[in-house]
Amino acid sequence: MQYLLLIYSNESAAPDTASPQFIAGMKAYGEFTSEIKESKNFLGGNRLQSAATATAVRIRDGKTLLTDGPFAETTEQLGGYYLIEAANLDEALGIAARVPGAKWGTIEVRPVHPMQAPA
Amino acid sequence: MAPLLSEQIERIYTDERDRILATLIGMLRDFDLAEEMMQEAFAAALLHWPDSGVPAKPRAWIVGAARHKAIDRLRRDALFRAKFPDLQRTVEQAGEAENPLVFEAEEIFPDDRLRLIFTCCHPALATEAQVALTLRTLCGLTTEEIARAFLVPAQTMAQRLVRVKRKITEAAIPYSVPPAATLVARLDAVLVTVYLIFTAGYTASSGAALVKTDLCGEAIRLGRLLVSLVPNQSDPAALLAMMLFHDSRRATRTDAAGDIVLLEDQDRSRWNHASIQEGSEMLCRSLAGGAGESRYGIEAQIAAIHAMASRPQDTDWARIVALYGELKRVAPSPVVDLNEAVAIAMWRGPEAGLEKLAELEGSGRLAEYHLLPAAQARLLEKLDDRQSAAIHYRRAIALARNDPERRFLAARLAKVSSPSVFY
Repeated sequence: MQYLLLIYSNESAAPDTASPQFIAGMKAYGEFTSEIKESKNFLGGNRLQSAATATAVRIRDGKTLLTDGPFAETTEQLGGYYLIEAANLDEALGIAARVPGAKWGTIEVRPVHPMQAPA
Repeated sequence: MAPLLSEQIERIYTDERDRILATLIGMLRDFDLAEEMMQEAFAAALLHWPDSGVPAKPRAWIVGAARHKAIDRLRRDALFRAKFPDLQRTVEQAGEAENPLVFEAEEIFPDDRLRLIFTCCHPALATEAQVALTLRTLCGLTTEEIARAFLVPAQTMAQRLVRVKRKITEAAIPYSVPPAATLVARLDAVLVTVYLIFTAGYTASSGAALVKTDLCGEAIRLGRLLVSLVPNQSDPAALLAMMLFHDSRRATRTDAAGDIVLLEDQDRSRWNHASIQEGSEMLCRSLAGGAGESRYGIEAQIAAIHAMASRPQDTDWARIVALYGELKRVAPSPVVDLNEAVAIAMWRGPEAGLEKLAELEGSGRLAEYHLLPAAQARLLEKLDDRQSAAIHYRRAIALARNDPERRFLAARLAKVSSPSVFY
């Protein structure tokens, strides 16, 4: 089974990039990423630019509508993801709990539809 | 005279269906398919057993026949194969034998009910979905029965069950007993579900009757099952003890007219003493296993003190107050505070209880709970402050959830509002 771990957190509450908390957070992500890359679970993952850089695309009545900003305005924004391979949901939840952002944000765990999984 | 064959099959269905279903879900990896194949296997039993006689191990026969039917469908039906791509592999892994008679060697099928319980009560599922699925699979209640018990339309309950089964399949929630490291936390989720089923049955959240008998019985059955399946854990026995003590009063909690009878007014000779006996055994067992510090262990001890007092005045209120103090530490909740305040009133007098209840009212945490003003009214009544009691009874009536509760409170209100107060 493949699972997408979606990393959400509140961007407006994020610490300044020069602050010790930010540096500690980056260090934790660096460690977790190299750890999971060495495991059999890692398929991919990236940090995203802030939600302010997002553009939503919709086609309605044949016309392409572009909207500045993410699809939904929520208190927590999608900031990155890992694509992992896990035997079942329990294993995926265990990995999600190790993602550093789980301590201050939310990790949403979504199974990947088997028909659409990359080969 | 031997019982009729159809009666024998019905009995096997009642006694064994949860265990058979648990095995088939493990084997076929699909809740609906497992249930369908089980029904077909029982239909086959009705057809074949009149000639062949009831097999020595009927459960194994049914499992074998159900598995057979799944294999048949796999061979015949390409659509079926497409719908269950993993089925062929899992069915084959479950055993090479093609002859159902081979399955009479019972040990091939370990009891899978614990795996089923942990799957139905997986914390990734919404609590209401856990409750519904547990009642559907482990208790065999129909969708309509569950819908009625929780006062939702049957259609809504059917959708809830479809959604929860889909999540189990599509998110790959494992069909397994969790490893030791997470067992206690996961068991806790199971106990919460069983407790919810019991409390939903104990006091109907609305409607005409106070007790929904079936849900209490089902919760107790699940409690007994957990005690037998995880004997090395003490909390299941504590939860079972608590449920048995409470349920022992079932016959006396309402009178012939369906009106509420308070604990102190109940005919204690009519309490179910077999339940109290079983509850005591379970409580001893759980305390020996270390449940004395756990939420369920403490609640069971409180329930035991009530159940063992042969007269209301024999109740050890000081001990109950001490136990509520411990419960507040382990599982704090405003309802625990309310119960503690009532126990304090019984121990040290109405004024002491009212003082505690006033604090609780001030906190605003039980603003919607009818038992807070009801408890205040009762204590004010004891102090002969009828006017204040009436005000609180009216408040309680406005918040009460079912007819017997409203009738009871209205009767108390009528009593304290008798003309002598006002003239």
